[in-house]
Amino acid sequence: MTNTNEQKTALAATERGAAPDKTARRQRIFDIVSKIGFLVCAVFSVFAILAIILFLLASSIPGMAEVGFFKFLFGTTWKPTSSKLPIDERFGILPMIAGTLYVTALSVLIGGVTGVLAAIFIARFCPKKVKPVIRQAMNLLAGLPSVIYGFFGLVVLVPFVRDTAIKWGMDSAKVQGYGVLVSALVLSVMILPTVITLSVNALESQPHSYYEGALALGATKDQAVIKVLVPASKSGILAGMVLGVGRAMGETMAVVLVCGNSAVMPGSLVTGMETMTALIALEMGYAGELHRTMLIATGFVLLIFVLLLTLSLNLLRRKKK
Amino acid sequence: MSVSTEQTTLAERLTRKSRRFRPTALLRYCSYISGAAAVAALVGIVLFVCIKGLPHVSVQLLFGKNTADNPSIAGAIVQTFKIVIVSLAIAVPVGVGCAVYLVEYTGRGNKLVKVIKTATETLAGVPSIVFGLFGMLFFVDFLGLGRGLWAGAFTITLMILPTIVTSVEESLRAVSDTYREGSFGLGATRLRTVFKVVLPSAMSGILGGVILGMGRIVSESAPLLFTAGTNGGMPTLTGSGATLAVAMYTAASTGNIEVAYAVGVVLIVLVVGLNLLATYVTGVFQKKQLGRR
Repeated sequence: MTNTNEQKTALAATERGAAPDKTARRQRIFDIVSKIGFLVCAVFSVFAILAIILFLLASSIPGMAEVGFFKFLFGTTWKPTSSKLPIDERFGILPMIAGTLYVTALSVLIGGVTGVLAAIFIARFCPKKVKPVIRQAMNLLAGLPSVIYGFFGLVVLVPFVRDTAIKWGMDSAKVQGYGVLVSALVLSVMILPTVITLSVNALESQPHSYYEGALALGATKDQAVIKVLVPASKSGILAGMVLGVGRAMGETMAVVLVCGNSAVMPGSLVTGMETMTALIALEMGYAGELHRTMLIATGFVLLIFVLLLTLSLNLLRRKKK
Repeated sequence: MSVSTEQTTLAERLTRKSRRFRPTALLRYCSYISGAAAVAALVGIVLFVCIKGLPHVSVQLLFGKNTADNPSIAGAIVQTFKIVIVSLAIAVPVGVGCAVYLVEYTGRGNKLVKVIKTATETLAGVPSIVFGLFGMLFFVDFLGLGRGLWAGAFTITLMILPTIVTSVEESLRAVSDTYREGSFGLGATRLRTVFKVVLPSAMSGILGGVILGMGRIVSESAPLLFTAGTNGGMPTLTGSGATLAVAMYTAASTGNIEVAYAVGVVLIVLVVGLNLLATYVTGVFQKKQLGRR
């Protein structure tokens, strides 16, 4: 063993002494190999996203074929375990699609407006010493587990909304507290960091001359910020909103705790409904063969929604350039 | 004379009044309120869970044996750490490798770079529950790994990969080109430059990103539901078991509100700690570098 090692070092020494071009060649080979190694790491995510799309599609096709694509997408009854209904009428996910869209729209409305206004505050009106504190707070808000948001909604917001609704004269037998309103409130807080971070970045990346030019033209500081800086950074703000939509749409564990989990068309703000994500999380545990396939198909529909959002975000960025 | 002064004051007052009611000023006050609301939401949630939950945190709960009368989250703590270690052990090398390739080995206009970037962005936007479905289909069923540590950790790896790639890429791009040129000028190869010059200079950002990724693994629950399992108790070495976040979800959804509060406190302490650590690490390294320069 030592003998061979000595031989090797001797060989290396003679190589180094006699033929320096050999070490150079070895080094070059080493460089090429490492480059290939880095390349493999780099294409990893490409393969990952392709695998996700293909596997979900392949696993949901048999189910969609059995139930029928349109009956699945536009059916309004979801009763997977019912034995009375024919198979093609048990799996309609329109209520869940409507629930997802309803909740997402409301949360982006609340969270988007609050987020953009808060971003204006952080980027322009906030005292310099407070700024790092707020930034840290936003990082933390983004990092908190979603189940904590859901839990907070469950133990605080749901009872509060229920009591308030009853106090305002709504039928106490119907009002559950769970539903669109609480889900949207919880989600609007969860998307705040996304909206705020992107909007602040957009506002701060505008050339200083915009602001100063507006001041020189006689605008007040407020006007300079709101009428010049905000319109100038609208594409960045819009990107933050789109990312917020994506986050709200895909959020699962917060919504499943507060949406009420009843697979019906969302009616009022304070009665139970269900989003696509909540449906999957809740029923996958006990689903039988076809039921399971249909849940995967629901996940695929959700994935398509999100992919379309990402695509539109890319178009938005390209347009900006 | 008196009339004219009165008129000017009236005119002044009118203009002043119209100035005072500019909608932009109103919007500014709204922005104050929104900023305060965003911070208040965070403080409110954290304080509420901590104050209500602290009385339920006990030694028995944290480290005791899990029985029907005495719920314990010792198993969940162990499972969380195992998943963090395994998934970081894969995601960090792959993520750093990807970022190095993007920044050091290719130009900006490269087609492949565009494809990789789009893929990473898309992967970052995929909902967590979809990762869970994929993990169930691919790792649990297709590869036959079964529910447990491996399937859970691999699924989470895919999920945090974009986070790590993005943060490492950012910190690599922040390294000044003079460093690279200096290294090349001294005769170092590209590989040597990457490992001896670029990566050490970018270490602060990389570490910060890794710690944030750690926080994300700790707080994630949806991808683990169908891949790592939901059962409480101590998991076997590579067996299935709930992580802290999953344990909190099961407790909350089965009406075990007190346990959920306690797990919530543990989670918040972990996540806040990791966040502060990330900020601290980034700051310390940056100071060191400034000193070196």
